[in-house]
Amino acid sequence: MSFPLLTATAALPAVGAVATAAVPAAWRTAAKWLALLVSLATLALAVTVLVRFDPDGARYQLTESHAWIKDFGVRYELGVDGIAVALIALTALLIPFIVLAGWNDADPLETGSSRWRPTQGFFALILAVEAMVVISFEATDVFLFYIFFEAMLIPMYFLIGGFGDRAHAQGEEAASRQRSYAAVKFLLYNLVGGLIMLAAVIGLYVVAGNFSLQEIAQARASGSLHMATSTERWLFLGFFFAFAVKAPLWPLHTWLPNAMQESTAPVAVLITAVVDKVGTFAMLRFCLQLFPQASKWATPVILVLALISIVYGALLAVGQRDIKRLVAYASISHFGFIIMGIFAMTSQGQSGATLYMVNHGISTAALMLVAGFLISRRGSRLIADYGGVQKVAPVLAGTFLIGGLATLSLPGLAPFVSEFLVLVGTFTRHPVIGIIATFGIVLAALYTLVLYQRTMTGPVKPEVSAMPDLRARELVVVAPLIVLLIFLGVYPKPVTDIVNPAVKQTMSDVHKKDPKPEVEAAK
Amino acid sequence: MENLIALLIAAPLLGAAVLLVGGRRLDAVGHWIGTLLSFVSFVIGVVLFADLLGKGAEHRTLTQHLFSWVPVAGFQADVTFRLDQLSMTFVLLITGVGSLIHLYSVGYMEHDERRRRFFGYLNLFLAAMLLLVLADNYLLLYVGWEGVGLASYLLIGFWQHKPSAATAAKKAFLVNRVGDMGLSIAIMLMFTTFGSFAFGPVLSHAGDASEGRLTAIGLMLLLATCGKSAQVPLQSWLGDAMEGPTPVSALIHAATMVTAGVYLIVRSGAVFNAAPDAQLAVTVVGAVTLLFGAIVGCAKDDIKKALAGSTMSQIGYMVLAAGLGPIGYVFAIMHLVTHGFFKAGLFLGAGSVMHGMNDEVDMRKYGGLRRYMPVTFVTFGLGYLAIIGFPGLSGFFSKDKIIEAAFAKGGTDGWILGGVALLGAAITAFYMTRVMLMTFFGEERWKNQPTRSPEAPSAEPAAEHQGEHAEPHPHESPKVMTIPMIVLAVGSVLGGGFFSIGDRFLHWLEPVTGYSEGHSPVGAWTVTGATMVCLIIGVGIAWAQYGRKPVPAVAPRGSLLTRAARRDLLQDDFNHVVLVRGGEHLTRSLVYVDHTLVDGVVNGTAAGFGGLSSRLRRVQNGFARSYAVSMFGGAALLVAATLLMRAV
Amino acid sequence: MNPVNYLYLAALLFTIGATGVLIRRNAIVVFMCIELMLNACNLAFVAFSRMHGNLDGQIIAFFTMVVAAAEVVVGLAIIVSLFRTRHSASVDDASLMKL
Repeated sequence: MSFPLLTATAALPAVGAVATAAVPAAWRTAAKWLALLVSLATLALAVTVLVRFDPDGARYQLTESHAWIKDFGVRYELGVDGIAVALIALTALLIPFIVLAGWNDADPLETGSSRWRPTQGFFALILAVEAMVVISFEATDVFLFYIFFEAMLIPMYFLIGGFGDRAHAQGEEAASRQRSYAAVKFLLYNLVGGLIMLAAVIGLYVVAGNFSLQEIAQARASGSLHMATSTERWLFLGFFFAFAVKAPLWPLHTWLPNAMQESTAPVAVLITAVVDKVGTFAMLRFCLQLFPQASKWATPVILVLALISIVYGALLAVGQRDIKRLVAYASISHFGFIIMGIFAMTSQGQSGATLYMVNHGISTAALMLVAGFLISRRGSRLIADYGGVQKVAPVLAGTFLIGGLATLSLPGLAPFVSEFLVLVGTFTRHPVIGIIATFGIVLAALYTLVLYQRTMTGPVKPEVSAMPDLRARELVVVAPLIVLLIFLGVYPKPVTDIVNPAVKQTMSDVHKKDPKPEVEAAK
Repeated sequence: MENLIALLIAAPLLGAAVLLVGGRRLDAVGHWIGTLLSFVSFVIGVVLFADLLGKGAEHRTLTQHLFSWVPVAGFQADVTFRLDQLSMTFVLLITGVGSLIHLYSVGYMEHDERRRRFFGYLNLFLAAMLLLVLADNYLLLYVGWEGVGLASYLLIGFWQHKPSAATAAKKAFLVNRVGDMGLSIAIMLMFTTFGSFAFGPVLSHAGDASEGRLTAIGLMLLLATCGKSAQVPLQSWLGDAMEGPTPVSALIHAATMVTAGVYLIVRSGAVFNAAPDAQLAVTVVGAVTLLFGAIVGCAKDDIKKALAGSTMSQIGYMVLAAGLGPIGYVFAIMHLVTHGFFKAGLFLGAGSVMHGMNDEVDMRKYGGLRRYMPVTFVTFGLGYLAIIGFPGLSGFFSKDKIIEAAFAKGGTDGWILGGVALLGAAITAFYMTRVMLMTFFGEERWKNQPTRSPEAPSAEPAAEHQGEHAEPHPHESPKVMTIPMIVLAVGSVLGGGFFSIGDRFLHWLEPVTGYSEGHSPVGAWTVTGATMVCLIIGVGIAWAQYGRKPVPAVAPRGSLLTRAARRDLLQDDFNHVVLVRGGEHLTRSLVYVDHTLVDGVVNGTAAGFGGLSSRLRRVQNGFARSYAVSMFGGAALLVAATLLMRAV
Repeated sequence: MNPVNYLYLAALLFTIGATGVLIRRNAIVVFMCIELMLNACNLAFVAFSRMHGNLDGQIIAFFTMVVAAAEVVVGLAIIVSLFRTRHSASVDDASLMKL
């Protein structure tokens, strides 16, 4: 038997989490370094997965399969396709930056309280989330996926509820109240989604007799597994609801702004850039493969909801006074694009959506982490408390601008390619929706530039006049992300090459072909 | 030779990267690095030009394929460059004028501590603009298109500690984004129509597509043009863009970037030729902007804003010509090139005046400057003669051709368009004469009064240290600034004649754009005569108003039209009321809706469950006997139910 | 004698016991009523054993007796310790579980 690479990629951060949690209270710095090393080692494993993966090979590769709960036909089945590989790489890539960016975020406020070990807990929880996210991307057994899809709520809950921004305008007590509100809201929303999905998972077992994604999808494709139309639709809705909460899709989005606002910037990045991607990923992998007919049936409604997400999220971002909330609403708008791309049912749309997941992860990380550095300097999240930062801290302002430009999908930076693919993919099948979605790019420019103008330009406010520029550690976090944004904007081929075959297969799962152009000869 | 094309872009791009990443240690030499790389690009351009001239007219298209950019099933976007006569013309204009303006900026920005950054942005602009004109497909063009938008944003807001500059930059970017939306929809339409958006397939098969689609594509391209080239109804950003340093206004907002829209239309000529309705829309937009810009230009007292109005109007001419189809494409580009010379020269002249006048921009506080700044006066004067179309200078040749072409469109349209173009020529003569007289002639109104009135927000702060309220001491600018002005003035004088004699420019561009003669209802000399009459009328009125009478130092109230024109014909007020206020209300109410309604439904559900559970909680009263009752009751119910089921 | 009569008696005893558990407050009396219910069940088991002609019912009756004996030991101990701390044997006084 070959080396279980996929298991190792997920197990390493899990083991690392336990080890980090076990570091004695006094050795805080050691815990940080341990977490960083583990996340870097995981990145190395993920890169190995990336290298070993053959885009033109079988659909699922590096597969592992072991019996687990025999009575219910639950198996420990792992396997990755191109989409999963790209997202595993993204996750493994972002975690070291998240760890580095949150280096001092969880230091205990007063020294001496030796038994309380928040730092160890913080980094252990981040690694635990990484482990669960990675295995969710790898699982090809529906039940196995479900378990980790739900389980990641637990560490996330503690990360949101337990660690917040240091200085808070309304005092520590109010801050802690709002934090626990946000954490409970996050948990309840996702739990409700998850429970509905559990019902659908059980329903799927009743209908299909096992939990194996590949077997069920094959049986569906060959016609040996018949599903009544209404059954298929109910099951689809059960799965989709959970993913739409996690993604989040309008009108199930309201937990995201609260959660992102109250958590520290690295955790906020963990939520949108990593955890939420499981939702959109699962739409592609489970909804479309298991329930192709129902997916097509639901497409019009989902597209409209995605469109509302795009425009609504952008409009609300314009109206925000809190930097983190603004980024959260911008993310809702971007998730609208991703979901629209998935359900446009064209290869451009789905490739674009997958690419978008990767790019959005990087661009949000860049913007949010710089915003976090900014907030930690001034101790306020309110846009109105800033002004003229550009003059005081030009490097910080410059990186913030680049992050913002990536968010507004400036050509030359990575998100542009994916956003345009999604728009084109949608436009070929649904012109009106495509055109309305294009308004999103104007609104994106509006909220980004307004944010930049209010915080970075204008006369220097006295409170920010002594603000230090980016430190070395912070620059190490931001610079590679920016380089990556530019690189993937100019040369996205490495990602698209991995993604394209997987998308082609998903397209054939749903029996859809791209629309033909009006003038054939031009090709 | 093809391999040189990428170097054209690479040189300024390298400059931008080095200057922006390099940091403070490059402060001392940064401006020279930027200027040098710009000249390198120009030299490569000249080499390529010489190469093209050596080939036959049919073989003057070079392509360079670099790599596959976005390969997705059915969607192929490559990084491929295309150098033909049209892009060559632009390359020379961009790198030539760009290099001169780099040189000028070395002097102009001398006292600015962020000069290195300024040159970094200028180089970034050059790279993006070259990418725009060299791209071989619309998506790559779009990258350049937004790239110049970004550079423009950064440069307009260069003095971003001034709120007005930051606001102007944001406005420019946003209005441009509306136009960009048009371009991206156009690309999507091309993709669904042709399955591609490379120039080759789209332009060679344009005739096969249905007219409805082509019209839609054309209108979307027109929207893009309106945004980038400041055409009505998206013109409002150009006036505010004058917040940027003057070299920026000269390079980006006069000579190159704002003409990108004209390039787009001419490049997409095959699409427009097959979509007459879209063409008509283009001509209408051009004609309206031509008058709009001219009227605004008449009323402004800020020298840069007057020139901005003029730019708008001149681009209106080009768009009008481009809308005429093959009759006008060549002349649109020719006017674009000559305009690049004389308008850049005029802006540099204006910058030179401001440089010597403590950055005062209000023309009512100038006057009689010809004695103090002879070089500036002569170069500005030559630019002035060129733009009003003085016989023999470059504007005369290019503008005259456009007016002829407008008449040649034939029918009522032709008469209307030609008439508008003639009227525009008269107004151009008027407002440019006004600028000239107010600045260089008349009494010296700057004497015995402090400059930099508080209500002149666009005054540039570089000279703040020179004493804010001191009387200005007008002086000629240093050589590094005057030399570019002289070169541009020579171009403004000779360019038109050089292009027109023997129809050189026509023969050069015709293989790309196509050309048809058109049937003018009026003879060429009649048109020229009419233009001359208009010119004389315009100059005469201006002389009567500003030359013979002294210019009041405080602007008179003016007629209703004047007051409206001072406020950009109320378009900003309309935008403010409808878009800004309306948008604010919309977002505010949406924030409220999100909080109360969307979140409220969820919180309400949660509260409902909470209420239910607090009722149910009462059952747990802690009395063992009451628990026993429920147990007995439950057991009894179960027994009864079992018996009942049995009985049934 | 008809064994069904024993069942009637068992039902009567059970009802008396149940009513006692529900309406009496004295913990000792409640406890005795529970014993009454248990013994009613025992009686029913034995009667069923006789009616069906096998020994299962009698065996279970023995189990019940053992459990009842154990219960008496634990239950009385609880009641006595309750009385010691609270000086009352009323069940309603012991309502610590109430919110």
